[in-house]
Amino acid sequence: MTGAADNTQDSYPQATEQHEHHAPTGFKRWFFSTNHKDIGTLYLGFSLLMFLIGGAMAMLIRAELFQPGLQLMEPHFYNQMVTVHGLIMVFGAVMPAFVGLANWMIPLMIGAPDMALPRMNNWSFWILPFAFAMLLGSLFMEGGGPAFGWTFYAPLSTTYSNDNTAMFVFAVHIMGISSIMGAINVIVTIVNLRAPGMTWMKTPMFVWTWLITAFLLIAVMPVLAGAVTMVLTDKYFGTDFFNAVGGGDPVMFQHIFWFFGHPEVYIMILPAFGIISTIVPTFSRKKLFGYHSMVYATGSIAILSFVVWMHHMFTTGMPLAAELFFMYSTMLISVPTGVKIFNWVATMWRGAISFEVPMLFAIAFIVLFTIGGFSGLMLAITPADFQYHDTYFVVAHFHYVLVTGAVFSIMAGVYYWLPKWSGHMFDIRLAKTHFWLSLISVNILFFPMHFVGLAGMPRRIPDYALQFADFNAIISIGGFAFGLSQLLFVWVVLKCVRGGEKVPANVWQAAEGLEWDVPSPAPHHTFATPPVIK
Amino acid sequence: MKSAAATRYDKYYVPTQSHWPIVGAVALFCIASGAGLTVMQIGKQGTSGSYLLMTGFAVLFFMLFGWIKNVVHESMSGLYSSQMDFSFRQSMWWFIFSEVMFFLVFFGVLFYARMFSVPWLGGEGNNAMTNELLWPEFQSVWPLTTTPSGETTQAMGWFGLPLLNTFILLTSSVTVHFAHHALLAGKRTQLKAFMIISVLLGFAFLYFQVTEYIHAYHELGLTLASGIYGNVFYLLTGFHGMHVTLGAILLLIVTLRIFKGHFNKDNHFAFEAATWYWHFVDIVWLCLFFFVYVL
Repeated sequence: MTGAADNTQDSYPQATEQHEHHAPTGFKRWFFSTNHKDIGTLYLGFSLLMFLIGGAMAMLIRAELFQPGLQLMEPHFYNQMVTVHGLIMVFGAVMPAFVGLANWMIPLMIGAPDMALPRMNNWSFWILPFAFAMLLGSLFMEGGGPAFGWTFYAPLSTTYSNDNTAMFVFAVHIMGISSIMGAINVIVTIVNLRAPGMTWMKTPMFVWTWLITAFLLIAVMPVLAGAVTMVLTDKYFGTDFFNAVGGGDPVMFQHIFWFFGHPEVYIMILPAFGIISTIVPTFSRKKLFGYHSMVYATGSIAILSFVVWMHHMFTTGMPLAAELFFMYSTMLISVPTGVKIFNWVATMWRGAISFEVPMLFAIAFIVLFTIGGFSGLMLAITPADFQYHDTYFVVAHFHYVLVTGAVFSIMAGVYYWLPKWSGHMFDIRLAKTHFWLSLISVNILFFPMHFVGLAGMPRRIPDYALQFADFNAIISIGGFAFGLSQLLFVWVVLKCVRGGEKVPANVWQAAEGLEWDVPSPAPHHTFATPPVIK
Repeated sequence: MKSAAATRYDKYYVPTQSHWPIVGAVALFCIASGAGLTVMQIGKQGTSGSYLLMTGFAVLFFMLFGWIKNVVHESMSGLYSSQMDFSFRQSMWWFIFSEVMFFLVFFGVLFYARMFSVPWLGGEGNNAMTNELLWPEFQSVWPLTTTPSGETTQAMGWFGLPLLNTFILLTSSVTVHFAHHALLAGKRTQLKAFMIISVLLGFAFLYFQVTEYIHAYHELGLTLASGIYGNVFYLLTGFHGMHVTLGAILLLIVTLRIFKGHFNKDNHFAFEAATWYWHFVDIVWLCLFFFVYVL
């Protein structure tokens, strides 16, 4: 794809050429960084921390739901946990993890010396810890943190929210600033810094998916900013945007939120598609099947993501024509997504597959993400959605696409590139243990949610009817097992960073792409002058 | 191939370490948490929020000054290749695109209120019972001068100050364009004159906008809390005004740099970025004038 495989040398001479200054150390290295690798590491480390914090909140939720009745916490605290778990996982764990991977890998994949605007890159990152400090800090303020769900529907977030909502609003504002700057950096890097000869149709799939993701980010993060701004003025300044008393409409909030929210969910899955499209060919020892159709499918998904938002709102009482339009447009997304699934399977078809850890996660992704896709298709059917709406079926659906989808792809990517970053092979036995524990526990965790959802168990409520007790106990056990398994992941990563078997430049032998031409670990500065792609 | 590539792909400038980003992050943190506290302290004891907010802005301006100074210095010492120039241009372009999307939200709200929520409350379509049960007295009109709960206000007409401001902003867009031509032609005196006129027109616009707000609050009774019409009016014109302020400051900085002898016909990205931004706020104003005031 990149033509780099033609090059028999271990590395490009430029790749190892040192900059005039050496890698700084200590405080300065991380706080004043202009290095895409260090900033990528910061993003990934931050994301892991947030994953653990958000995960701890999920453990509390599952502990409360282990038995019917109120056991451990007040409903208001439960609501805060549900809300902040969602916000942390979406904005603190999944998105920064993908940005971290983009930072590390895009310049290496396109033969660029760094991101296009390295200082802005560091600014984008360092906003995040402050934003989440604000969000998490509000949990400890009098009255508590946000408790209206991550979707902060009006009037829950306006009339009925606590006085600390302003903290949530401004935290989201600066997260948005960070995302927009990060996305601008990614787009400009990809458009402007590809090595000479790397035409668009030679650009690696991960880079392509990130280009389109960055476009979505720039298009919809300002919409989120607008939504939180109106929540702020409605709550504190007497406006009536989401209140019929002044001529506004609470349903309008949902329109604006989901106009952001639907592209947002593709922001969290398109880079995952890119990672899987990178890993599957490597371990199948074949080129990616249907590269062009992958590119076009990604673009189609991005365009369609702007015309499906009302499928989140079928039960709000919209006109029949709108229900039909949004049902069909939503179903249409399964076409490009199906193209992708087909292409991955076709890539594996008759390949010399080896089941190494990244590939295990990639295959699990393909199977389990497809399950999440199918439940999405069920939810797209308007009359059926009237039954499924706001039940655990929806919870099952988006956790299949986000946990076994986005999170599994991130783990696949980390296992795939970790040896390149650290120069060491991770402990394969432990990593495989982590994979199998995660795979089994995640299905115990989320699969029964389909059943309780179809039987009518509502989401976001700390108590439930007795007939759901058995399944909820099973779900909670799966949840605890999945949570504990991730500690093993942390251990594998730390162990690998600290030492291990040395790896060559092309860690996985059959892998293609410029990133495998630089030594492992990748030197602090790479491609000071760009390689030429034949 | 290689030689052609070598000219376009000169060594790309990667800056060394910088402390400005972390200063900027701290500034944004102070601004965000300060703004949050300020809002929460409205009508209560305590002013800690506003101090934090002001500190944040001070740090932000300190950071912008230092950061921009660095960048200008790097630019003037010829560290930037044409490829770097293109990175800056692209970034500005995408930044403006994000701003377009931001304004689109509030225009969307305006259309939604006019086309859907207000007519529905008035009983249009299959909403007769909505009107009957909630506020049977309510009449759907635009501008919404009487809200469903019965609060009244007066609408802002388009004649007078808004029309004058339209002329001012349109004229400033033209003068900025002339300034660009003067820069390309190397006519520095003309360039300076046109830039000064543009900046002054920008600030004149802001002056009249504030006058209009005072008029609205004191004589028309049109406030931020005057129902959806007042809400949209103030959020759209308010955010536009903030963008005009930023644009005018950008033009001012560029003008000062022109007086210091910066920019020539080949190297003037900052100049162009400021003018793009100025044209953008101009276009937003035209949409605003048309949809908020005239229609």
